[in-house]
Amino acid sequence: MTKLVLKNVTCRFGAVTAVDDFSLAMEQGEFVSLLGPSGCGKTTTLRMLAGLLHPTAGTIEMDGEVISSPTSSLPPEKRNMSMIFQSYAIWPNMTVAQNVAFGLEVRRLPRPEIRAKVDQILEVVQMAYLRDRYPAELSGGQQQRVALARAIVVQPAVLLLDEPLSNLDANLREEMRYEIRRLHDEFHITTVYVTHDQAEAMVTSDRIAVMHQGRIEQVDGPRVLYARPRTRFVAGFIGRTNFLDGEVRGGEVVFDRFAIKVDRFAEPAALRGRVSFSLRPQSIHLHRHPPSASDSTCIIPGEIVQRAYLGEHWDYAVRPKESALALRVTARPHEVFEMNEHVWLELDPRQMAHIR
Amino acid sequence: MRWRHLDKSLFVWVLLIGVLLVLVVNPLARLLWASFEHGATGAFTLENYAAAYGRWRYLEALWNSLVLGLAVAVLGTVFGVPMAWAVSRTDMPAKGLVWAAILGTFIVPSYLGAVAWILLAGPNAGWLNRLYVWLTGAASGPLNIYSMAGLVLVIACYSFPYAFVFTRSALDLISSEMEDAASTLGAGTLRTMLRVTLPLTLPAILGAFIVEFLEAIALFGAPALIALPARFQVMTTMLWQFFEFPPKVQVAAAYSMPLLGITVLLFWLQRRIIARKGYVALTGKGGERRLIRLGGWRWVMLGYCLFVTSLSFFLPMLVVLQAAFAKAWGRGFGLDNITLENLRFVLIDQPITRAATLHTFVYGGTAAAIALGLGLSIAYIVHRRLVPLGGALAYIAMAPFVIPGIVLAIGFYAAYTTPPLVLYGGAWILILAFTTRFLPIAYANSDAAIRSLNPELEDAVRILGGGRLLAMRRVVGPLLKRGLAGAFILVFIPATRELSSAIFLYTTGTQVLSVLLFDKSDEGNFEILSSIGLILVVITVALVLAGFRLAGRDFMLKRTAS
Repeated sequence: MTKLVLKNVTCRFGAVTAVDDFSLAMEQGEFVSLLGPSGCGKTTTLRMLAGLLHPTAGTIEMDGEVISSPTSSLPPEKRNMSMIFQSYAIWPNMTVAQNVAFGLEVRRLPRPEIRAKVDQILEVVQMAYLRDRYPAELSGGQQQRVALARAIVVQPAVLLLDEPLSNLDANLREEMRYEIRRLHDEFHITTVYVTHDQAEAMVTSDRIAVMHQGRIEQVDGPRVLYARPRTRFVAGFIGRTNFLDGEVRGGEVVFDRFAIKVDRFAEPAALRGRVSFSLRPQSIHLHRHPPSASDSTCIIPGEIVQRAYLGEHWDYAVRPKESALALRVTARPHEVFEMNEHVWLELDPRQMAHIR
Repeated sequence: MRWRHLDKSLFVWVLLIGVLLVLVVNPLARLLWASFEHGATGAFTLENYAAAYGRWRYLEALWNSLVLGLAVAVLGTVFGVPMAWAVSRTDMPAKGLVWAAILGTFIVPSYLGAVAWILLAGPNAGWLNRLYVWLTGAASGPLNIYSMAGLVLVIACYSFPYAFVFTRSALDLISSEMEDAASTLGAGTLRTMLRVTLPLTLPAILGAFIVEFLEAIALFGAPALIALPARFQVMTTMLWQFFEFPPKVQVAAAYSMPLLGITVLLFWLQRRIIARKGYVALTGKGGERRLIRLGGWRWVMLGYCLFVTSLSFFLPMLVVLQAAFAKAWGRGFGLDNITLENLRFVLIDQPITRAATLHTFVYGGTAAAIALGLGLSIAYIVHRRLVPLGGALAYIAMAPFVIPGIVLAIGFYAAYTTPPLVLYGGAWILILAFTTRFLPIAYANSDAAIRSLNPELEDAVRILGGGRLLAMRRVVGPLLKRGLAGAFILVFIPATRELSSAIFLYTTGTQVLSVLLFDKSDEGNFEILSSIGLILVVITVALVLAGFRLAGRDFMLKRTAS
């Protein structure tokens, strides 16, 4: 069932277009991340979903009802949503329990029921023993849990999260990623999650919408996004990659000093004229001796021009023979090559993502 | 569906904006209009201006005001700046005492200071004259407070704290390193002070100079008590005479235009001077601050500070206390002259003064509450951009800051003595005039408070289903409580002692203490005057102490520094 639909949503502030022609449909219970660098319009989009900002063009629908349009918007308090803010926005004048109970009080639930629900959700986020503390007496991670509890306890139709982990230290951030996904698996609330951290998005999300300069670059599941980025921006923003530019000529894609047959690629029909590919460093293998060629891979001779040992892996830069390119290759720790050593690159053209 | 989309709190904002227009814009507009209006027919005319500036007497009053303003500003600077330097930068002893005396000076209303100075330097009977006669055996004393010089002295005594506070906050930002730089090049203490320290504080001193000037020309109480018996007029007393029966509102409106114009212009100039970035050295960072060792001169500085504060605080309070508790003030300080009759008469026996004490509290408190509620709401509307053109609202809320109280009162009179909205004759016109007059204090404090608040705290209320008004009640209000308590007191204090606007708007039945004190001055009963003044001082002290408790020790200085 479709829950939220954004149709051609645009938001301008004066001459600046923060969000440009944004369209996305979300299913009931889906977890979607808006991922992009700062200033890409992801928070603006989230605030429009919340009703805190109004689109200058386009509409937002929830359950088939238009809730935001340039002419009128349903105020945030009537949207039955919850939001977790970058600053957490825990009210410092209320205790943990009072913070969590607030949304239930606004909904005029009977007192015993409020108490029961507050107790239950504080149990879920492991904060029950701190229920009478004031926010100033809590650590960042604990405040984060209060914000989560406060947002979830009202069982909102949609949960919005605005960079909720950006103020936490690295360890806690990693822990909270899983916590957020765990809560989603428990309550199945339709969730929109704004972040600039690709790892956060990949851990938590069903789908990720990568945004750049106000526009959606690509919307896909984490694995597809990584393996088959469709634009140069997405390929570069999610993980590290090599860009290969070439030209289709006589059944071959001709790169700088080497060529690969067109029919070896995943979608040969789409390849025409000048083409670009993204090739992940992990998708290239290095060999000291020429490996036996197979149908799926191609072998290119090259030379190590740079290397760095990073503990978990090696980072090599390899120059294909007589080429000006330097391909980045990730190798396992025991795959040791010396500087200027001659090697053979083995790569699978089907793992080369054709990008715009 | 569109109705469902409408944020109902919008009605509240629109209503509040309406109130702001009624309080600030309408009186000013009516004032301007009245100055061009024919008294009887209501037709457009320039006659009022001709009448207001057509007589030598009227022009002379204008000239007197300018002389008064300049003289007060000069004397106030001479009083305040050396004291600020001594307290901020030197090892002068007894700084606490000096500081307390300056705070005390703030607490004495200037019209009470005028009463005290009549007791001190009235011809013949004044204490200082009697002291002179006793010491020298001369036939009469040399001092006469009923003169331009006397008036300048009295007003300067109550304006110099501006010079002190402005200069001191500028001096507090200058690091010793800048002075050391001059000393290492061979400059002595005096030379360093004149060539380095003084120029760096010059913008602040100039700013204070302007404020003192404006304060002096806008003041009504002290000039009325001193200039009228001395048979000369200033602008404000002239305006008061235009209101003697039958009131010539239109002429008064025309006559108040230069006062308004000068004030607006000079405040603008003052902001320009203070805001000028030429003196970028005034940053708080970098370098410790050491006190300058004055050696024997520190006693001279202390003597100067005590001399000035004696004029402004110690001597006036002494004679006011004496008179308030004296059977007859002229009979001296003997124990047999002490009585509680005066206070009993004012507080208990006399219904008018009893009522006035109550009114002072009720009007002041109500005005403070309304001003704060309105100031907070407007600051909120402006910062959260709830309506288009919010920035204009901020200007309107701050506008009364540059309107002299007496001009504002004439505007209120012009606006609310005739239908559709008749307030004149009741308590509300006083309350609303006080509200308007001190709205800028409430607004500036609210503005700072709202700025300190993360808007996400309110967004969180809204997304969880609470409206803006609930956010105000449950989150914004409680979080700003402390700061707002201080702001409330900062409005309450001047509202309890306001004279210049009250004097035009009260009627029998709505007197406040300040008006009563002024009224009684005709009778020459200084024991009663002093008792009323003492009650006002006690009220102020109580409020200041309450402010210390509620909002911390620095709450008064924050305001004066802004």
